[in-house]
Amino acid sequence: MSWLAHQAGGIDMLGLDMSFLNWEIISKFVVKGFWFSIQLTVIATIGGIILGTILALMRLSGNAILSTPATVYVNGMRSVPLVMVILWFFLLVPAGFYALIPGGANNRAEISAIITFVAFEAAYFSEIMRAGIQSISRGQVNAGRALGMTYAQNMKLIVLPQAFRNMVPILLTQTIILFQDTSLVYAIGAYDMLKGFTTAGKIYGRTEEAYLLAAVVYFAMCFGLSYLVKRLQNKIAIIR
Amino acid sequence: MNWDWKVFLNDDGSGRTYLQWMFDAWGWTLAVAGASWVVAMVVGLMFGTLRTLPNNPVLSRIANAWVELFRNIPLLVQIFIWYFVIPKIFPPMKQVPGFVLVVFALGFFTSARIAEQVRAGVQALPRGQRYAGMAMGFTTAQTYRYVILPMALRIIIPPLTSESMNLLKNSSVAFAVSIAELTMFAMQAQEETSRGIEIYLAVTVLYAVSAFAVNRIFALIEKKAQIPGYVMAGASGGGH
Repeated sequence: MSWLAHQAGGIDMLGLDMSFLNWEIISKFVVKGFWFSIQLTVIATIGGIILGTILALMRLSGNAILSTPATVYVNGMRSVPLVMVILWFFLLVPAGFYALIPGGANNRAEISAIITFVAFEAAYFSEIMRAGIQSISRGQVNAGRALGMTYAQNMKLIVLPQAFRNMVPILLTQTIILFQDTSLVYAIGAYDMLKGFTTAGKIYGRTEEAYLLAAVVYFAMCFGLSYLVKRLQNKIAIIR
Repeated sequence: MNWDWKVFLNDDGSGRTYLQWMFDAWGWTLAVAGASWVVAMVVGLMFGTLRTLPNNPVLSRIANAWVELFRNIPLLVQIFIWYFVIPKIFPPMKQVPGFVLVVFALGFFTSARIAEQVRAGVQALPRGQRYAGMAMGFTTAQTYRYVILPMALRIIIPPLTSESMNLLKNSSVAFAVSIAELTMFAMQAQEETSRGIEIYLAVTVLYAVSAFAVNRIFALIEKKAQIPGYVMAGASGGGH
């Protein structure tokens, strides 16, 4: 990133001056936010996939006591804007909860953001996992049954590994979208990468340049990741 | 839990009730989403079509670059760039109202996703359709106008439905540049009245109702546009 700032520095184009963002300022303001964005993305992806898989299994079970709440939850989450969900959780998570987490009292927005993203992304991951489970042919399930496997064994050993593998590219694409969406924690003032850039921009009176550099960094990361996903997709496609 | 729904009848300090304010805000949400939808459809259809043109690597490369650019930068960052950076680089843009800038930001952001769906729709058509057009002596433009696009657009109605619902939900991000839409209302009214749960519930319901209405409108279009004897299998759309 220092290379980037260096390249852009000194070019006084269109009344913008990118040179203010040197490594010292980046390490002071941006790195902290960058790590939070990454942390949020990783926790929300892992937590979201686990919770999402459970929701998908609930929805696919024949039991209405399990499938109805899962369906309501998933459809409810998916019909509300993420910003509103972020605001909801920030409003509803009781203050006492943050006190349970070490350092929680000073990082309310960040902790609330993590809970929100796990809960919200679970709905989206559950739809992906449901499609993945349904993509496994009926014969596989029947074969497992014929071998005397229980439902849990069947899911764990036969269905889920294949469903997961089929869905890896889509799950990763969703993770890239999730990473972009982490910028929306702006609504509750959590300190993410974008906040790092804007804070530095405000302090040094270079707001516009900070937004542009943030865009460049987000673009480089997301473009790079989606390129990797595309390559992975090609690899998996051959095996299949 | 003690509700206080009467909060909506309180005066917001400018002679209107919170209820009136909320419906004004709903109007803004629908206006932002509607105008952005038009921009997104026009631009997305254009670039999506360009990406499928045979024997025109320059145009399809430009269209690909467009999609990658607008897909890999978070919406919030794009809105900030339209609102703060572009007017600074091009001073004449300072005259343009914020509403229009946000419409372009949201419209172009969504156009990349729609272009992707249009491309997928065109490529899902059997190649014979294009050849049939050529055999009839159609020019490329005529082939697209009369053969390919009418079919491709019908195929992609399901993913277009979810992209349009996403657009409506994404309009909530406009709060970040103080557009007086629903999320902005939710945040301000919550602060002023301290009746967050009632306010958020009402706003959430309005979002869900709006998204459901979009869903029904597209279902109606799909039904009306159906070609008898043709069963459409749509590609699935992801993201939010």
